[in-house]
Amino acid sequence: MELSEHLFRREHGRLVAALTRIFGIHNLALAEDVVQDAFCRALEIWKVRGVPDNPAAWLMTVARNRALDIVRRERTARTFAPELARALESEWTLAPTVDEAFATSTIRDEQLRMMFSCCHPRLAEEVQIALILNILCGFGAAEIASAFLIGRAAVEKRIVRGKKILAGAKRLFELTDAEFGQRLAVVQRALYLLFNEGYHSASTSTPVRADLCAEAIRLTALLLETPGTAQPNTWALGALMCLHAARLPARVDASGELSPLAEQDRTRWDAGLVEQGRAWLECGATGSVVSSYHLEAAIAAVHASADSVERTDWAAIVRLYDSMMTEAPSPVVALNRAIAIGQRDGPERGLHALREISNADRLCRYPFYPAALGEFELRRGNVEAARAHFAMAASLARNPSERRFLGRRLRECGNIAHGSDVESRDPEDRLARARHGDSRLQP
Amino acid sequence: MSQYVYLYRMTPAARQQAMGTPASAQQSMQRWMKWMADLEARGHLKDRGQPLEGAGKVVRGEKAVIDGPYAEAKDVVGGFTIVEARDIDQAVELSRGCPILAGGGSVEVRPVMKMDY
Repeated sequence: MELSEHLFRREHGRLVAALTRIFGIHNLALAEDVVQDAFCRALEIWKVRGVPDNPAAWLMTVARNRALDIVRRERTARTFAPELARALESEWTLAPTVDEAFATSTIRDEQLRMMFSCCHPRLAEEVQIALILNILCGFGAAEIASAFLIGRAAVEKRIVRGKKILAGAKRLFELTDAEFGQRLAVVQRALYLLFNEGYHSASTSTPVRADLCAEAIRLTALLLETPGTAQPNTWALGALMCLHAARLPARVDASGELSPLAEQDRTRWDAGLVEQGRAWLECGATGSVVSSYHLEAAIAAVHASADSVERTDWAAIVRLYDSMMTEAPSPVVALNRAIAIGQRDGPERGLHALREISNADRLCRYPFYPAALGEFELRRGNVEAARAHFAMAASLARNPSERRFLGRRLRECGNIAHGSDVESRDPEDRLARARHGDSRLQP
Repeated sequence: MSQYVYLYRMTPAARQQAMGTPASAQQSMQRWMKWMADLEARGHLKDRGQPLEGAGKVVRGEKAVIDGPYAEAKDVVGGFTIVEARDIDQAVELSRGCPILAGGGSVEVRPVMKMDY
């Protein structure tokens, strides 16, 4: 029997959700201990006896039996989930109640409630994301830290702070709560940022990026399984994730360096994810509101339909950015729009559009603004100006992989000045990256 | 071919720590599966053996029964496997791939006594 990929991480989120249902959110630490214990037993037994036919069911049975023991032993000394208090008191109802908590539909609902609870408005976005990754996705602090290239201590602090707020709540967020709509928007935003952390991760490790993106898609799919949370913009959010994730296999080259859109081998894009993205975008095409998720997904869909940068429908992309400038204007959206204009109408018009960005001063610390200037200058043969822009861009790089990428463009300017061919390159990949910068530019 | 018993030894703390995060547990599990499968494929696996609970009782003398063995043992036998090997050198060599070694544990290799009279 083979272990399915990420079995332990996946089951961590599911089992913690089920156990929290029984123990109550104030006993989150106890729920986590029980899961840890179950994993320890699994490890000891499976490594000698082999993996059982249904490892997930095996883990669940261990967790269930342990939960029964704990409730029986501690029900006088400890309070468990207030909504189940009565049912847990009596032996008549104890076992069925515990079994109910481990039912597939209950686990799904509890994971949703946990996700909504992690997105408490009192918690900063980075704390929400750390909590989701830790509780629902089973990532440890060190793993989160290495994906985000931040210190482990900082991540631990976020998790501890977040869990304190969580455990202080009497119960998990109810999906029937009056604040449901507002909270759903926060959840969507957190999943969007989680996906971006994966897609644009400063970490050069491809598996790390792919894991974060896959988790964001999995949790979004969880929202899509439930009528209340499966709203048009949730479908659009899922669509944009799939359409971007489809490019991941081609996004980083064999040496771990970023590969810009123009250089990507499009045959390596994941056709299944593209198809799923299109289908989800279709599902989201109801209602009267076009969210920024819809627009981003539509832009990604245009790219996914093109077999090369040259044969991309840039006119459609410019129109979509025009809508975004109306819906959710930001300097970074303006930058992306200018890049698309340059693709549609040539470098002169692109440069013009870049310089026209009214609040360009807010982009002054953002490396992909000078990088875009550099690309267009290079394309119209102005190598000296391009070099200056790339030098500026490289000096603004925020992580090693950006620094190497921009440094490479700078060196290529040098080669061109010494007589090699001017190669047309597309800054669209930086466009996607730029979108990520959005949250950092906006206060 | 002779039979040898591998006794897997580890401190209770290291045992707990070997679990780590779900992802590291998965990696550890995969290393064990690979190692066992490899022993089996090469025809050395006689009996997968059994894992043992970390604590039980220690009976000594006529009456003394104590909780243990952790009170006196730095590391505890966590399980055993029986392998077949040409000689003890080969049995030792085969044990070198055991993932417990990377986690700070040890493998005690003991020949099964032969009754060759």
